[in-house]
Amino acid sequence: MRKAFITTLCELAAADDRIVLMTGDLGHLAMEPFRERFPNRFLNVGVAEQNMIGLATGLAEAGFLPYAYSIATFAALRPLEFIRNGPVLHQLPVRIVGMGMGFEYGHSGPTHYGVEDVAVLRTLPGLTIVIPADSDQAANAISDTSKISGPVYYSLGKDDKITVPGLNGRFHLGKIQVTRTGGDIALVTMGSLSQEVAAAAEELSSRGLEAAVAVVSNFYPDPEDDLADFLSKVRHAVSVEAQTMSGGLGAFAAGIIASRGLQCKLRALGVRTPPDGTSGVQEERWRKHGIDRHGIVRTVHELISK
Amino acid sequence: MRRIILDHSKRANVGHIGPCLCVVEILSALYSSVLRANSPDDPDRDRFILSKGHAGLALYAALSLKGWLPQETLDTFCGENTLLGVHPEAALRGVDFTTGSLGQGLCIAAGAALAAKMQHSTRRVFCLISDAECNEGSVWEAAMFAAHHQLSNLHAIVDCNGQQALGLTRDVLDISNLAERWRAFGWRTSEVDGHSVSALVQSLSTPSSSDAPHVVIAHTIFGKGVSFMQEGIPVSQTNLPTHPVNWHYLPMSGHEYNLALAELERSD
Repeated sequence: MRKAFITTLCELAAADDRIVLMTGDLGHLAMEPFRERFPNRFLNVGVAEQNMIGLATGLAEAGFLPYAYSIATFAALRPLEFIRNGPVLHQLPVRIVGMGMGFEYGHSGPTHYGVEDVAVLRTLPGLTIVIPADSDQAANAISDTSKISGPVYYSLGKDDKITVPGLNGRFHLGKIQVTRTGGDIALVTMGSLSQEVAAAAEELSSRGLEAAVAVVSNFYPDPEDDLADFLSKVRHAVSVEAQTMSGGLGAFAAGIIASRGLQCKLRALGVRTPPDGTSGVQEERWRKHGIDRHGIVRTVHELISK
Repeated sequence: MRRIILDHSKRANVGHIGPCLCVVEILSALYSSVLRANSPDDPDRDRFILSKGHAGLALYAALSLKGWLPQETLDTFCGENTLLGVHPEAALRGVDFTTGSLGQGLCIAAGAALAAKMQHSTRRVFCLISDAECNEGSVWEAAMFAAHHQLSNLHAIVDCNGQQALGLTRDVLDISNLAERWRAFGWRTSEVDGHSVSALVQSLSTPSSSDAPHVVIAHTIFGKGVSFMQEGIPVSQTNLPTHPVNWHYLPMSGHEYNLALAELERSD
């Protein structure tokens, strides 16, 4: 989605000279097209994420639309209080772009994993969170949300090649995207892990179980009604996210089921164990935490057979 | 301005009186002479950021004397559902940015100064930080950035009162060679008596040929104008020892309020 992000931002910036791209000294082999085309609106602030968000706050108050880029954990967690007291408290149109949600930074290890960004930022009402599942959806989502008057956080994947079957780039703020229908089980997911969930649904189908799949693409406005409607049609659901379990997608789905009194049993998959010092490529990490296609299929069988 | 600070601290029964009293001349210099702003809504006005947000009441006093804050609004200070809390909120007309968490103001100020440069505007940005606030690493992130980007339209003022919440700055983290530190970060520095309005105005208004951002180290006296506060004497709370930081937090008793007012009136 890195290419989709830069390409879309270049298109937006060509039509809107308020757009400024800032980076905390990251984005090698990604930022260049913007930097070359709009050198006066590209700003490498150095390795200083807190200052980057403070700067963005000052720029936005003066009428700019700053996009502040870094690896997800450095973009979201390091300057968390600056995000809260700056763009969120002032309701300014700062865009924060976090790259590599989940385990995409593989062997860079736990310091580089983005497994809390969405859950943590969901605690800030007033901050729209956008979590595209593939490049086409990222392009549409970035474009559609560019005019929002308040702040936006984008949790993006690095991989440019992912395509989530059935999504076709669709994005609607405050809505889920149903990418597959089926009556046996509901799968709910978000971000680049959606491709793995789609693969799990294929695998289930080959074993005679039809899964409905919903991709949650944003929070605030939360897609509450939409997801409630989706979950009201099934007896079993599994949520799958490359995030820790407090406050993320599983918690969101569980809250909807409880508050709406839905007759749907939910199993929430995600990162449940604390970091143990190990690292590995993304797919291996998914396997370790049981959120790869085989883990999902296994969980579905356990849930349904109970 | 000191009278407003004392009156409203007493009425609302809140502390942070010492840190408000020591920035009175700084805010007075800014709002009477330095800031170019026809109205708080003019997009091309100079910006001011009170990064040491705990002196919010001093800012309200300055805005009130400037005529930008109606008396009936000032009277809601620390009342129910008020926009005038201890720390200033940008939702209040006249407050450019919300502050309260130390170390954030100068980063925002650098962004505001950069924005002015990018928009080819001559507006300037003034940011008041405290000496203890320089403990925050983000202050130095902003300092580095402002010097590198030659933000000569940015003026930081360090309120050097030598105190912080739990002690003297020299005992907590010694930053006694503060001007030298700012110079090392590429800033133009001035040192002035923070209670001399004319010295502050001169320092903040004198044009410079330098491209460097400017910091004024303003030497101030905590609780300035009320001797028992300057000396850290908790007049009514005899169980407390005399300590310089007492008046960072203490609200005034009726007796203390009367003493403080009498002293102000004598010095007028």
